Amino acid sequence: MTIATALIYLLAAVLFIFGLRFLSSPRSARRGNWVAAAGMALAVGWTVVLLWPSFTAAGATICAVGFVLGAIIGTVGARMVKMTAMPQMVAMFNGVGGGAAALVAVSELLGLHGARPALQSGFPSVFAIVVGGVSFAGSGIAFAKLQELMTGTPITYPGQQAVNALLGLLILGLCVLVLGVTGAPPVFVALLLLALVFGVAFVLPIGGADMPVVISLLNACTGLAVAASGFVVGNFALVVAGTLVGASGTLLTKLMSDAMGRSLANILFGAFGRPREGVGLAADGDRTVRSGSAEDIATMLAYSRRVIIVPGYGLAVAQAQHVVRELADQLERRGVEVQYAIHPVAGRMPGHMNVLLAEANVPYEQLKEMDEINDEFKQTDVALVVGANDVVNPAARNQPGSPIYGMPILNVDQAQHIVFLKRSMRPGFAGIDNELLYDPKTVMLFGDARESLTKLVAAVKTA
Amino acid sequence: MNESLLTFFTYFVLAAFVGFEVISKVPTILHTPLMSGSNAIHGIILVGALLIAAGAHTPLSIALGFVAVLLATINVVGGFVVTDRMLEMFRPRTPGGERERGR
Repeated sequence: MTIATALIYLLAAVLFIFGLRFLSSPRSARRGNWVAAAGMALAVGWTVVLLWPSFTAAGATICAVGFVLGAIIGTVGARMVKMTAMPQMVAMFNGVGGGAAALVAVSELLGLHGARPALQSGFPSVFAIVVGGVSFAGSGIAFAKLQELMTGTPITYPGQQAVNALLGLLILGLCVLVLGVTGAPPVFVALLLLALVFGVAFVLPIGGADMPVVISLLNACTGLAVAASGFVVGNFALVVAGTLVGASGTLLTKLMSDAMGRSLANILFGAFGRPREGVGLAADGDRTVRSGSAEDIATMLAYSRRVIIVPGYGLAVAQAQHVVRELADQLERRGVEVQYAIHPVAGRMPGHMNVLLAEANVPYEQLKEMDEINDEFKQTDVALVVGANDVVNPAARNQPGSPIYGMPILNVDQAQHIVFLKRSMRPGFAGIDNELLYDPKTVMLFGDARESLTKLVAAVKTA
Repeated sequence: MNESLLTFFTYFVLAAFVGFEVISKVPTILHTPLMSGSNAIHGIILVGALLIAAGAHTPLSIALGFVAVLLATINVVGGFVVTDRMLEMFRPRTPGGERERGR
């Protein structure tokens, strides 16, 4: 490696580090993204310069076509995606990176024409194939769950752990085979296929609500797979950048699961051995739910002193962020104090609600984080819950058997009145019943969040 | 263990420490953009993909190289653009006025 190459890759690595640093603070976050992008342009651009003399005709063509096509797909995908579908988009971009890392390693092994790889390149190769493959397939399942192409509830079957353990053992066995006996293509192709199967099996039993943490974990995995590929092709830019992501991604995964009040192990393996709670409401036949008209609720809101809006995923699906702000504007015009209580994991990603509400120009000062606002519910006339459920479920506080027990929740139950805007009585993402819906001080307004809010806006105007 | 491998291993360990240190205090609202931004950074695999694709000459290596470059580019470009879109929403508004966009 020439000095120029070393220095340029070093500069790129420094830019990545500054990018991550800037991304950790709201004021500099956007700049951080561009700093990292500049580092990337530098590293990729210089690599092309380096490779220029050695491009074969076919190589040049596939690089150019692949890059242009990929850039178009990436830009269009990222630009067109709705803000609500952001999480699954990140999952997809992460998955393809993992896939690329696995393919780079596969390609290096192919170059050996069946010879057993030396341990120092063979070990990172099998690592990149396995981890990259798991990340690719796992991200695909995460995408499907969030996009609701498949059910968001954990998929479990008897003997699942045994099957997964067996898969793990098979993968380990094939790794040993590649490293110790033969580098024949069928062996590592089988390894890649098994890694894909394992990725699917790994994410299936995890519930849709936990997907953000899973995506973050898979993101860290892809980072490590990329670092391993760096060892394989002997490129330190890959090693440094991949490891940076692997390490920071691991820490971020921990921060996210902390915000949900759960351990990572509980998120990943929680579905096993937990008796499935009866989701059915049939057993609670004698409990009644009070459903109100938009006019009643509007009157209640309009004559309150203080209202706290609790947004959840329902707000995101209904694209109701603009209407909710309109309602808040109407209420403020009448002298009602309006704030938003943002649970750290409301929606399907941390920060999801902030992004949506910021899109609708809701002033920052009205967005309150959980710790900031939890004591204020006591002095609040109405808590208006828009499409949120699990994050306000008191079971997290008082039912030790509940899957969400221990998760910090918003103290909505302490408000004078509670209004739920919900599509149906269907339980939230965690699949558990919410006591609060049956509380005497709760009123339900069933329907799509946007339609309900539109009705409320109209009714508040005339109230 | 030869010297270059040892050097790489050193980079690896040091980069791991930097990665842990660099994002120590992140407010919750930035968890998603940060994940997305770091997701774009591991798109550096594009460099690896270019390395294997550049010299491709057999049909198999051409196919592999093409898919690797394609996937890696989607990772890089999509990753940075989607992160920017998220962060665009955090743009400070002009005092007293509304942003013209996003209505």
